[in-house]
Amino acid sequence: MEHYYQPEIECASPEQIQAWQDERLVETVKHVYEHVPYYRDKMDASGVTPEDIKSTRDLHKLPFLTKSDLRDAYPYGLVAVPLSECVRIQSTSGTTGRRVVAFYTQHDLDLWEDCCARAIMAAGGTKEDVVHVSYGYGLFTGGPGLNGGSHKVGSLTLPMSSGNTERQIQFMCDLGSTILCCTPSYAAYLAESITERGLRDKIKLKAGIFGAEAWTEEMRQDIQNKLGIKAYDIYGLTEISGPGVAFECSEQTGMHINEDHFIAEVIDPNTGEVLPDGEKGELVFTSITKQAFPLIRYRTRDICVLTRKKCSCGRTHVKMSKPMGRSDDMLIVKGVNVFPSQIETVLLNKGYPANYQIIVTRENNSDQLEVQVEMTQEMFSDTLGRVAALERELIEAMKAMLGIYVKVTLVAPKSITRSEGKAVRVIDKRNLY
Amino acid sequence: MTVKQISVFVENKPGRLAEMAALLGQQDIDMRALSIAEAEDFGIVRIIVDDAYNTAQVLKEAGYVFSITPVLAAAIPDEPGGLSRILDLLGENGINLEYTYAFIAREKGLAYMIMRVTDNEKAIEVLSGQGIRLVCQHEITEI
Repeated sequence: MEHYYQPEIECASPEQIQAWQDERLVETVKHVYEHVPYYRDKMDASGVTPEDIKSTRDLHKLPFLTKSDLRDAYPYGLVAVPLSECVRIQSTSGTTGRRVVAFYTQHDLDLWEDCCARAIMAAGGTKEDVVHVSYGYGLFTGGPGLNGGSHKVGSLTLPMSSGNTERQIQFMCDLGSTILCCTPSYAAYLAESITERGLRDKIKLKAGIFGAEAWTEEMRQDIQNKLGIKAYDIYGLTEISGPGVAFECSEQTGMHINEDHFIAEVIDPNTGEVLPDGEKGELVFTSITKQAFPLIRYRTRDICVLTRKKCSCGRTHVKMSKPMGRSDDMLIVKGVNVFPSQIETVLLNKGYPANYQIIVTRENNSDQLEVQVEMTQEMFSDTLGRVAALERELIEAMKAMLGIYVKVTLVAPKSITRSEGKAVRVIDKRNLY
Repeated sequence: MTVKQISVFVENKPGRLAEMAALLGQQDIDMRALSIAEAEDFGIVRIIVDDAYNTAQVLKEAGYVFSITPVLAAAIPDEPGGLSRILDLLGENGINLEYTYAFIAREKGLAYMIMRVTDNEKAIEVLSGQGIRLVCQHEITEI
């Protein structure tokens, strides 16, 4: 039986959803124009006034917002209410220079948690469940989002956070966790560890909600088989709120976007032209119910397809495919956003030339990030200790920049693959898309 | 009273050392001694050659990263106890030995200890003062 958290919304008629979107878009555009100089300037520069926006049909008139706008407006430039009205800040993981901070009023947190609650109930969650949240807690939205959603459903919530696999498994066995929330790679790792220890019979898991990074259908089958659960995908980004922007239902053929809160468009990443449903392009979101940090036509850089085919689960909201790639060079490693330019910054800050290559692999379902750095005369010494110390320094600086461990490998000069004179910066061996 | 050691960065991958050795061989460079310090992903190959200048030219042209370091070379009788006397002297005088390696010149019946110390001048003073014979680049070339 299908469970819904807000059936009247999740199964509303397309006309009703359209009406909500039209009304809320008009209000949101008016709200940001009046309260956010950054938006006002942007709209003025494009020659659009709030009066021009009468319904979602006018959405295309509004300028796009990109990550670089968020950087320019950092930290408060896009906040649309007095700070005294905000109660929470979340941020993307440790990405200096590319950091995104998002603000929430209590109302915003409620709506975000509602979205997560919908995802949990779509995965079969009820108040009888024990929801085991192994997403990181803190600035990262994964933990707080699912935690809040689980509370809303009334499930018994286990705020495990990430790491300490032994304890994760012990609590899972002892406390009878039924729904696991974490990144798919960690789920796969847990599945492996549980199988190795012969504890499959001791766990009561029935479902998993896995997101924050790309995963394949093969990985889903593997996790489902090893843990004997149904594995659901969930999508979100800190800029738009966090996890729960879209979530999978029992049909497992794409993620329903919470259209009462977010308007989704797919555009041609090169021309900015809006593409019809069914065509592959870059996903763009407009949040229409947020108070503190509403984003208008925010370019996610995720490539996907939207479909309005009738879903057997009864939900009527549009579905997005799993992201099929990126329209920029961002990598998601262990759920963390990594830009090659950040690696470059670390090297340049240390006074080394930016001759590097990033190699991403997935070993035992866990992402590994290796940065190969070409050796230079300046970095070299006849003493191993000095070169090894320099390597350690680089590892630490990269960890500080990215928030995750990076294996640094020093390689011979001019050994990094160059294609037509241009160095190949990223080799992603994970075949995720 | 020092000899020129050439230290070369070499990736820790099959065939890399062979490549370097082949290059030097093609250029008629004769190695007197070789030692490798290895890390997980790379190694530092330290060599003493007959012609340091020529070797540097060859390595530079081939695009290697390398450095030239003055190190001490002590000639000691090739017999038990020869090494420990030198080490004792360095220790007693607070001179830290970063690394060392040895090679033997068969015709002369001598062993040569290559030593990289923190303070070359002080080490020369101490060792020479105690009758340890330190050799110069010229003698290495002649071996």
